[in-house]
Amino acid sequence: MTYSNQLLDHYNNPRNVGSLDKADDRVGTGLVGAPACGDVMKLQIRVNDAGVIEDAKFKTFGCGSAIASSSLATQWLKGKNLSEAENLKNTDIANHLALPPVKIHCSILAEDAIKAAIADYKEKQSKKTTSEAPAA
Amino acid sequence: MNNIYTLPTAAPRQRPIYMDYQATTPCDPRVVEAMIPWFTEKFGNPHSRNHEYGWEAEEATLMAREHIADLIGAEAKDIIFTSGATESNNLAIKGVASFYKGRKNHIVTCVTEHKCVLDACRHLEEDGFHVTYLPVMANGLIDLDLLAQSLTDQTAIVSIMAVNNEIGVIQPLADIGKLCRERGVFFHTDAAQAAGKIPLDVEAMNIDLLSISGHKLYGPKGIGALYVRRRNPRVRLSAIIHGGGQERGMRSGTLPTPLCVGLGEACRLAKTEMTEENKRLTSYRDLFLNLLSEALTDLHINGDKQQRIPSNLNISFAFVEGESLMMSIKDLAVSSGSACTSASLEPSYVLRALGVEEELAHTSLRIGFGRFTTEDEVRQAAASLIAAVTKLRAMSPLWEMVKEEGIDLRTIQWTGH
Ligand SMILES: Cc1ncc(COP(=O)(O)O)c(C=O)c1O
Ligand code: FES
Repeated sequence: MTYSNQLLDHYNNPRNVGSLDKADDRVGTGLVGAPACGDVMKLQIRVNDAGVIEDAKFKTFGCGSAIASSSLATQWLKGKNLSEAENLKNTDIANHLALPPVKIHCSILAEDAIKAAIADYKEKQSKKTTSEAPAA
Repeated sequence: MNNIYTLPTAAPRQRPIYMDYQATTPCDPRVVEAMIPWFTEKFGNPHSRNHEYGWEAEEATLMAREHIADLIGAEAKDIIFTSGATESNNLAIKGVASFYKGRKNHIVTCVTEHKCVLDACRHLEEDGFHVTYLPVMANGLIDLDLLAQSLTDQTAIVSIMAVNNEIGVIQPLADIGKLCRERGVFFHTDAAQAAGKIPLDVEAMNIDLLSISGHKLYGPKGIGALYVRRRNPRVRLSAIIHGGGQERGMRSGTLPTPLCVGLGEACRLAKTEMTEENKRLTSYRDLFLNLLSEALTDLHINGDKQQRIPSNLNISFAFVEGESLMMSIKDLAVSSGSACTSASLEPSYVLRALGVEEELAHTSLRIGFGRFTTEDEVRQAAASLIAAVTKLRAMSPLWEMVKEEGIDLRTIQWTGH
């Protein structure tokens, strides 16, 4: 398969590889895919008090397109607020990386990972408010 | 005058190191040299009986038959030229099945056979034959007891490959042959990956039909051979290709003299050099594995550790997906069957048949060494793989979970498709 230069750039020099502290309230973690399917993506965001994503990290077990998609996703997430982040579409990723048709689902996986990370963050926040509520 | 066929000279590009000798092998230059006169001045039709052009071509094909027969302990007359192992396998299985149709309707083969054997059997199933697809054990070898149990008085032929093309394991040919002979069943073996790589003897091993491919043993592409036993017992088969009745009527068509000569020379060289070559390949294989295991943990070699040819390794690099691994080792030409299940590239059916867990099957590469592999290449390949696996493990969430957080992956609720 021949890949675009953008894809190869993200594959060869992946941005934001790593992990954030899962236990941190401000961190949302998304883990999608399955080892038996050949793809697992972990994507994390850290959100500041203003509701802006100040850091994003990923680790991916999967094909080159999956790695590039998650690298690009973390790059785009940084500096966005949550509603902007929720609007990131797999098609944007696929277009930017010029993914071939059989690789579109790799970008869908990245979108799923973003959604899962935001959902995890929101769940933590709502638990925080409910658990803080009685004390208030 | 400019030769219009000369391509503009491009800057020489460093090509990847070839480590895919099970897919095909380069033609040995000595083979090419032996072939050349038979394209040009000695172009005669080997079936022309009336003049010298024909005689010398026939003589050359006869010599080639002798070299091929020599490699497997057969006689020149037992050798049928074909276009390759795909045709040989088809001719052996379909040919025997259709000749004995009516009297026998059962075929035994194995789930890890090459696609051409499996598809020929599927085709015969549509024709009313029953086919038993034997499973393999975790080491990739068939269970002889199961084979014995599967034979009936309806069984026409057993087809079990000599060496597997993906994992390099050697099936117990002599045991299979003995069993088949005792039970009066023909034994065919697809020796595409075995001929010239391991000693083969159709008498000692009781083999009745044996397929050879030219391009797997440093010969040309587009030629192969089928050994068909002529006596004790005589094997009869129906031809697939009809015409001038060449090759004892089993395979019509004018013999491609240069290709026949090439296959013969390839077999001759393989026979003389096999012992020495295997020694060298074994030392490369051991060196390669040592280098890898000094630097990396969690490597799994697929297929039996002893019953294997030295020139093949199928390795699972746990926690690293095979296709991305291939992208990271652009300097190596190797093969991988993986990529996630959504991309239609399923993990290999051979690894699945071994019971290799799917997550490991996705991390596998097939690495093949051969006659022209050098020690430098082996070292460079190992270094390149080590760097790639190390880099990809550092970005693998699975590696992190298992190695750093001590999580058992089976306890996770995955959201796979
Ligand atoms: C075990 C085995 N059988 C058969 C074949 C087919 O051989 P050929 O390319 O000569 O048709 C191959 C090669 O792919 C093989 O590895
Ligand atoms: S994640 Fe399936 S091929 Fe990329």
